Amino acid sequence: MTKQQANWSPYDNNGGSCVAIAGADYCVMAADTRMSSGYNILTREYSKICKLADKAVMASSGFQADVNALQKQLAAKHLTYQHQHNKQMSCPAMAQLLSNTLYYKRFFPYYAFNVLGGLDSEGKGCVFTYDAVGSYERVGYSSQGSGSTLIMPFLDNQLKSPSPLLLPAQDAVTPLSESEAVDLVKTVFASATERDIYTGDKLEIVVLNAGGIHREYMELRKD
Amino acid sequence: MSQVAVEAPPKGGFSFDLCRRNGMLSKKGVPPPSYRKTGTTIVGLIFQDGVILGADTRATEGPIVCDKNCEKIHYMAPNIYCCGAGTAADTEAVTDMVSSQLQLHRYHTGRESRVVTALTLLKSHLFKYQGHVQAALVLGGVDANGPHLHTIYPHGSTDTLPFATMGSGSLAAMSVFESKYREGLTKEEGIKLVCEAICSGIFNDLGSGSNVDVCVITKRFY
Repeated sequence: MTKQQANWSPYDNNGGSCVAIAGADYCVMAADTRMSSGYNILTREYSKICKLADKAVMASSGFQADVNALQKQLAAKHLTYQHQHNKQMSCPAMAQLLSNTLYYKRFFPYYAFNVLGGLDSEGKGCVFTYDAVGSYERVGYSSQGSGSTLIMPFLDNQLKSPSPLLLPAQDAVTPLSESEAVDLVKTVFASATERDIYTGDKLEIVVLNAGGIHREYMELRKD
Repeated sequence: MSQVAVEAPPKGGFSFDLCRRNGMLSKKGVPPPSYRKTGTTIVGLIFQDGVILGADTRATEGPIVCDKNCEKIHYMAPNIYCCGAGTAADTEAVTDMVSSQLQLHRYHTGRESRVVTALTLLKSHLFKYQGHVQAALVLGGVDANGPHLHTIYPHGSTDTLPFATMGSGSLAAMSVFESKYREGLTKEEGIKLVCEAICSGIFNDLGSGSNVDVCVITKRFY
């Protein structure tokens, strides 16, 4: 008598890829805008990037229903923080909050693969990368989602961070300028779109720097 | 007292010896190796002077595109071509095999091949393998009896149709055909309609993409 398997899953994968790169005084977040299910496209214009605080922006791929629920939770907790502390949450604080929120559902996880990006209290770019249950690490760059296996090796090649275990502690942020980082992200997504069927349609790029948040779009292949 | 059995000669076809081992491995959690499928859009239609076949050019291994420009329209005979969807190795092997058989048959009979000959050879091969050869085909050509278009399913059933679509993008392409197809299309109208149907598959189906290949087979007027 073999063990009975579930014939229904509460999860679905809506595909897509996200990237974040930290610079000396900026942070670039990017994600494609395609939402799919199986072999079908649900919409070509869905934003996977969400502003959680003035200096913290999250990009998430995976199951978008869970992503939306997660964003709602974080927004509510952020509002409480603002009432209690009379200020916005910093990016490292938001990073810890996201990790705790994800681990809270350790045994029925949010099917969300997140990268959190922003500026730390010194104004330097910071990127945090997560797994589905909240394990996180501050890094110089990261990618998540269906195209991450294609994107990450290329980012390693272009931006390889020094190991965080080295002494003296070295900066993880890239020495590239903001426009060079944006160009790199555009190249990366054009390549990922060629080979990953779940990535494409349009690219949304969000740049955080001292001047605030700036958003731009780039067309990608629609096939 | 055991007796040494005489080894029977190998019978050809698939050997299912390793099925028990594979079942044991998958129960232990070892994933089976994937093979390359053409998540595909292929179409065919009959127009006033013959047959037009169309196909996209993307080959996928799961979610990754492994070939951005592969050829899915296979040569069977000078007057017969076949589009293939399903496992790439299976469609290649089965169309090559039947193409060779047709050539030998042409030498034997001294005549041009007929589409029903290709159809019968393909369907009997696929039926013999009970659906394990995963090839879904759109076969089209013009012979002494006029233009013909057939679809062949992996288990060996066939349909004879004025317009047909197969593959993961078949619904997207069929919606175009059902709205715009009519009998007696000219060559230019037919090519335009085939391209529209394949493009519909390319943009709306994630398993299809890249370029459109078109093959026009026309009647000889003499």
